[in-house]
Amino acid sequence: MSDHHHHHDHDHSELSETELRVRALETILTEKGYVEPTALDAIIQAYETRIGPHNGARVVAKAWSDPAFKEALLEDGSKAIGTLGHVSRVGDHLVVIENTPQRHNMVVCTLCSCYPWEMLGLPPVWYKAAPYRSRAVKDPRGVLADFGVEVAKDVEIRVWDSTAETRFLVLPMRPAGTEGWSEEQLAELVTRDSMIGTGFPKAPGAPS
Amino acid sequence: MNGVHDMGGMDGFGKVEPEPNEPVFHEEWESRVLAMVRAMGAAGAFNIDTSRFYREMIPPHVYLSSSYYKKWFLGLEEMLIEKGYLTREEVAAGHAMQPAKALKHGKFDLGQVERIMVRGKFARPAPAPAKFKIGDKVRAKNIHPATHTRLPRYVRGHVGIVELNHGCHVFPDSAAMELGENPQWLYTVVFEGRDLWGADGDPTSKVSIDAFEPYLDPA
Repeated sequence: MSDHHHHHDHDHSELSETELRVRALETILTEKGYVEPTALDAIIQAYETRIGPHNGARVVAKAWSDPAFKEALLEDGSKAIGTLGHVSRVGDHLVVIENTPQRHNMVVCTLCSCYPWEMLGLPPVWYKAAPYRSRAVKDPRGVLADFGVEVAKDVEIRVWDSTAETRFLVLPMRPAGTEGWSEEQLAELVTRDSMIGTGFPKAPGAPS
Repeated sequence: MNGVHDMGGMDGFGKVEPEPNEPVFHEEWESRVLAMVRAMGAAGAFNIDTSRFYREMIPPHVYLSSSYYKKWFLGLEEMLIEKGYLTREEVAAGHAMQPAKALKHGKFDLGQVERIMVRGKFARPAPAPAKFKIGDKVRAKNIHPATHTRLPRYVRGHVGIVELNHGCHVFPDSAAMELGENPQWLYTVVFEGRDLWGADGDPTSKVSIDAFEPYLDPA
């Protein structure tokens, strides 16, 4: 992929073959009355602004702060998140899996790129690419090492391959030294990768 | 199908390379492709399983050398042609030349955007009682359909334990081929790493898949 970004007002001579083909397809779909370009703009804007890992971080911070919510979340993720008006709406079949001192969870989709969009936004390139999809199930500790993450040898590594329409969100362990923190403060520590299982939450006081 | 998309357990792809401060899209066209796929799916041109199958049918050398959204684009274009929503002549010309085909849910306009921000529902009433219960030992069938399936190769023939029952869901193997929803019970089945990968496998690892009942035999 090139480093510079193209925009609608560039000459065709500057556009790649793929850009030309994508534009042609959109022109055809629009001319045939299948889609409205402003509706496509609105979809893109939602994924660029509203829907991202901050949604999942709010859920994790709430679970760290509210034991009754955590219990409900682990029982039925979609239902529990549905009670939080301020978080993005979530569809059915969201399963929340808890990291413990005995078990570290990690999520992959070996067949394509299934990912809890409503909680984490669109997946990063590495999640959709061959190295992660091929190795996560066979060599999970090796993959974690690629992220600079080490899980103690006596901890079970559980890999969840998202092969159906169920979606998995990892509930990481609450960092030590955060007693008395508000949900807003805690949410700042929750990283996207900690909710996929390829990272840990930030430590309190660590640079962001 | 035993395609190159079924990557679990393959070697040789190298290290995972996370990109710091990765943007949502790397190029503007990627965002247009994402939006077109979502819009045309919501308008009823295809279901999610069919769209996955079209990406799986991209020739292996093209699949492996294309970026993620390029694969989405290639799958979308071919699927819309084959389903009769556009023609190869129109694609070559870059303009509409034939009358439109009616979409099941009509034109995708601004009023439709909010409804796709929440995922579709895939649970269905059960046509029959579940064959398996939590804790049962099951063997993933040794099947190799040439069409779409969500049973990855790396578990076929192996024995695992039923851990969760998610109820009855749309069966992708049928839906992808437009043969109806054919709802089936869906279970999380967990396998020991060493059962899947042999003596060299990580003894502390377990891997689960979500398996539809037709993928499983009692063990």
